[in-house]
Amino acid sequence: MNDTALLIPSFVVVPLAAAFVNSLLGSRIKGLPALLGGLTTVTLLVLSLVAIQRVQVVPTMVYAVGGWKLPIGIAMVLDGLTSFMLVTVNMVAFAIAVYATEYMERFTSKAMFYTLFLLMLTGMNGVIVSGDLFNLFVFLEIAGVASYALVAFGTERHELEAAFKYAVMGTVGSLFILLGITFLYSVTSTLNMADMSLVLGDHRNSNLILMVSVLFLMGFGLKAALVPFHAWLPDAHPSAPAPISAMLSGVLIKTLGVYALCRIFYNVIGFTPALSSILMFLGTLSMVVGVLLAIGQRDLKRLLAYSSISQVGYIVLGVGLGTPLGILGGVFHLFNHSVFKSLLFLNSGAVEYATGTRDLQKMGGLGRKMPVTRATNFVASMSIAGIPPFSGFWSKLLIIIATVQAGHLGYAVWAVMVSVLTLALFVTVLKDTFLGEPRQAWQDVKEVPGLMQASMVALALICVASGMLLLPRVKDAFLHPATAIFVEGSNYAQVILGKI
Amino acid sequence: MTVYLLALVLFCVGIYGVLRKRNLIKIILGIIIAEHAVLLFFILVGYRLNGRAPILSPDAPITQMVDPLPQALVLTAIVIGLATTALLIALAMRLYGKYGTYDIAKIRELRG
Repeated sequence: MNDTALLIPSFVVVPLAAAFVNSLLGSRIKGLPALLGGLTTVTLLVLSLVAIQRVQVVPTMVYAVGGWKLPIGIAMVLDGLTSFMLVTVNMVAFAIAVYATEYMERFTSKAMFYTLFLLMLTGMNGVIVSGDLFNLFVFLEIAGVASYALVAFGTERHELEAAFKYAVMGTVGSLFILLGITFLYSVTSTLNMADMSLVLGDHRNSNLILMVSVLFLMGFGLKAALVPFHAWLPDAHPSAPAPISAMLSGVLIKTLGVYALCRIFYNVIGFTPALSSILMFLGTLSMVVGVLLAIGQRDLKRLLAYSSISQVGYIVLGVGLGTPLGILGGVFHLFNHSVFKSLLFLNSGAVEYATGTRDLQKMGGLGRKMPVTRATNFVASMSIAGIPPFSGFWSKLLIIIATVQAGHLGYAVWAVMVSVLTLALFVTVLKDTFLGEPRQAWQDVKEVPGLMQASMVALALICVASGMLLLPRVKDAFLHPATAIFVEGSNYAQVILGKI
Repeated sequence: MTVYLLALVLFCVGIYGVLRKRNLIKIILGIIIAEHAVLLFFILVGYRLNGRAPILSPDAPITQMVDPLPQALVLTAIVIGLATTALLIALAMRLYGKYGTYDIAKIRELRG
């Protein structure tokens, strides 16, 4: 057991310990919750960058929890996709923790907020590193329960209603996932994902596996808010406090939904052409329905939430193509969307912080009063709309090229059209919020406090710079190892079991 | 076979409750029923015909034991279910405090 192996559990242990300390002492010592939140997330960010660097040397690392012999014990895995997701999640989490120090001043119990936030982070990191199917479910529930509570954090009428809806649908989704795990266990008699894939071996096409696939598709589809299962998202995401909306839309739906779905379908159950066409169809459907519902929303955060559905559709379309280029595009878009959608939600939070409204028709002319928010919002909007040289352009371009290459011209046309609609949508938002003459009501509006500005600027810089991730050497270090995990498919089992 | 089907029936009863009932408390009960149906099914998966309790003792052969792993997992899942149920009930109580009703048709303010 060397230090590299100890790196893996620390992604779960560090935020969990911080949440524990916070729940004990946070309400007694003023300033501790924010400090603890910031320190924990920055530690995790550094650790995940270290993980990226370690993965360059040893592509796959396995840690046995409690020293129990694998594959009987619980495994935690660090590989290309894991380290990629860890960086994405923890980077966004850090920006949000910094932002929340100022933003959450208006709420009464900051200690509870940070405790739940850190628990949610524990769950997400756990889902990412887990190499054990039931453990994945447990971490999924940790993140889930924490997020239900966070959506209800304002405890007003709308927050409670949205949280109830979210909690009911989330729990039903988890039940489907648990049922799927039960069926898989009944066939394979193991829970280790690598071992499971090995045992499944050749009889992947049985009816039972088909049923398990459907159950997982429903369960994780609910978590990822793919279109037939999306009803909870437009209520839940706007109702949460802005930093949490950013967390939910930015990384939660991708970690619990897209990542877990891909990990299980690509590496455990096995990716089939039928599944590919289902994923592409659901992805395109989410893309189109999401953007159409977003148009005409008056509530800024609700509009952003619908646009999240649409953008997750792009990711699922890219990943569902199954070609290396499509997967690269999907993974890259996942990273980009995490950054710019968090930024957009933080912007909406800043506007709400300054003016107290989320209604687009009441805003207008805020640009002169809030220059930093306007500038960062511009970057994020152009990025989500896919204007070069901002990050969203490159990932959408990759997805569209890959779709055309794979011969799905129809899907590519939809992807382009949705991109145009997104551009129109966000230009309207920019105009409604920031441009024009300041209204009488907003004469006294001030720019938000420094830490909030800092985290928005940092995310905006990443938006601008992340096109560079496609440069050959950077790509080999960051995106390529993640894509390789998808491509290797069920070889995953041999790689992991070889490490035990 | 019958017991498996009964678990399925129980699951359907729970899902029906979640989808069709308008009272918050009945929705929560539906979730609890569906959850326990899944847990029962998980236990049944680990059951061996004429098996005995999975306790290791030197005088009894291991071969007749039921599978202990699902039992351990179900314990974990019950605890998770407890947390979710507690949260749901807390939310329902707060909603009752705000709206004075458990009827979801009257609580529906978020739309579109």
